[in-house]
Amino acid sequence: MPHPKLSTSHKSSVSIRDMIEAKKSSRQLGAKLEKGIPVILLLIALVSILTTVGIVLTLFTEMIEFFRRVPIMDFFTGTVLKPLSQTPEFGVLPLITGTVLSSAVAMAVAAPVGLMTAIYLSEYASERARKIFKPMLEVLAGIPTIVYGFFAFTFVTPLLREIIPGLEATNILSPGIVMGIMIIPMIASLSEDAMRSVPNSMRAGALALGSTKLEVTGRVVIPAAFSGIVASFVLGISRAIGETMIVTIASGSSKNFTFDLTQSMQTMTAYIVEVTGGDAAAGSTIYYSLYAVAMTLFVFTLLMNVLARYVSRRFREEY
Amino acid sequence: MSIVSINDHARATRPTIVKDAAVDVAVRDVVYDTKELNLWYGDVHALKNINLAIHEKEVTAIIGPSGCGKSTYLKTLNRMVELVPIVRKTGSITYNGRNIFDKVFRVEDLRTRVGMVFQKPNPFPKSIYENIAYGPKIHGIRDKKVLDEIVEQSLRGAYIWDEVKDRLKDNAYSLSGGQQQRLCIARCLAIEPDVILMDEPTSALDPKSTAKVEELIQKLKQDYAIVIVTHNMQQAARISDRTAFFLNGEVVEYDKTATIFSKPADQRTEDYISGRFG
Ligand SMILES: Nc1ncnc2c1ncn2[C@@H]1O[C@H](COP(=O)(O)OP(=O)(O)O)[C@@H](O)[C@H]1O
Ligand SMILES: [Mg+2]
Repeated sequence: MPHPKLSTSHKSSVSIRDMIEAKKSSRQLGAKLEKGIPVILLLIALVSILTTVGIVLTLFTEMIEFFRRVPIMDFFTGTVLKPLSQTPEFGVLPLITGTVLSSAVAMAVAAPVGLMTAIYLSEYASERARKIFKPMLEVLAGIPTIVYGFFAFTFVTPLLREIIPGLEATNILSPGIVMGIMIIPMIASLSEDAMRSVPNSMRAGALALGSTKLEVTGRVVIPAAFSGIVASFVLGISRAIGETMIVTIASGSSKNFTFDLTQSMQTMTAYIVEVTGGDAAAGSTIYYSLYAVAMTLFVFTLLMNVLARYVSRRFREEY
Repeated sequence: MSIVSINDHARATRPTIVKDAAVDVAVRDVVYDTKELNLWYGDVHALKNINLAIHEKEVTAIIGPSGCGKSTYLKTLNRMVELVPIVRKTGSITYNGRNIFDKVFRVEDLRTRVGMVFQKPNPFPKSIYENIAYGPKIHGIRDKKVLDEIVEQSLRGAYIWDEVKDRLKDNAYSLSGGQQQRLCIARCLAIEPDVILMDEPTSALDPKSTAKVEELIQKLKQDYAIVIVTHNMQQAARISDRTAFFLNGEVVEYDKTATIFSKPADQRTEDYISGRFG
């Protein structure tokens, strides 16, 4: 049907339908492209998948070589790590405790502070307060980790030593705390997003039943946002496990097997930095140990993600 | 039919409007008395000098074109309107003789006595059981047996028990819209309020669910005062005892529903109910 305006003002002018018909041929190319799009996008998506597979395969084959030289049980149950000694030992447990402890300290700082910050921003802060706060958090998130490491070593450790006299100059506590500070913005911002996406109608429903604001937050908003909050925690833990610079600088390179936070420990990441930074001759056992440690690190983060998926699905409140 | 309220002492202390109470509507205690209420959203004068008494065990309908202040008035009754930061108000509303704006009257206490049902069903994203148990739980009831009892009673009270009794652990969002709305009514009943405020509770429902909710309202008014906002005039005529007609933030007319719909005093009321505007 011709467009009323066109057809009344200019009797001879073409109808819209005609114009569409006329353009049809020029859209043929587009239609062909349209068919190819899924294939092109698939190829692009494959890049990241193939990269992952490639990395895992490399890690795996080199790790196999390592386990030819060092029995697998010695690696996973060994508490002594002396790669450069005359009689080298390759127990990974010191690195695992270093990683787990530093991440635990980081999360002990970041989870409560990040969640409280998110609660404040999402439920209590005025529009103005949020406008000031959020950019500040983003600045915190943008600081390079080397600066955090420096901060841990030159500021936080001396400060902590005032309080804890037995604290060593390099220790796992200080970088753990600083890693926590580094992770706060991530947890705060992701948890806040999750909480703000809970519809207001649910808050209204709870308030109308006589709930206080705290009850609404604790019993309605947080449970409804739970999977998002868990996801933010897991990302935080993964970030802590993978963090390298801060621990390398502030925790030193002692390969202690201990649970004492005041001592120097090494994490898996810091070990990799140390070994690659030194001259590990290709083909040496210490060179292959890198791959075994990297693979262990990879499995750790993988397990975290699997756990997170399970937890968030198990406790998800759907609306 | 009881004509006189039993509690004369309470009557004496409560402002009660009796002048429009004819023989076919029993004289009942006033639950809510609104006096010279004005409310602004910033510069928008949304409620203008409202005077209105709401009686117990009656259904009071609030009708009027959209934007005339119906929801605002309803939300003022349980002070939910104050969640909008720019709200200012003058005047008073007494609830059973107590000024609801009084500092010593905790807003949580008020809302514990006054339930609210929203336009769009808004169950919590929890199980059917937890939706009902939420109110009693926040008010300190922990005993599992007692909670079970309350959940059953409330669901029965909202005439939805038979439909959900075998699936109490299911997520509330697995219910149909009409069932969700009755679940929300049951959620109110679980804290035994005196008043239930309903803001267009059936506007998002199909006719069949609407009929069920209306039937439910008829039964509930034996125990509760119900204030219902509706833009459906047939609904107001069907289920309410009194009707207030709002226009541009003012109460144009407030009277027994029969009177409003048969011989309204104001021309604007007549125009509205006969469908000439709105
Ligand atoms: N949150 C708000 N902020 C500003 N103005 C509002 C808000 N809510 C309602 N209003 C205004 O108040 C008036 C009454 O609105 P409302 O009570 O929702 O009317 P109704 O329920 O009768 O449709 C309208 O003019 C509306 O624009
Ligand atoms: Mg409304």
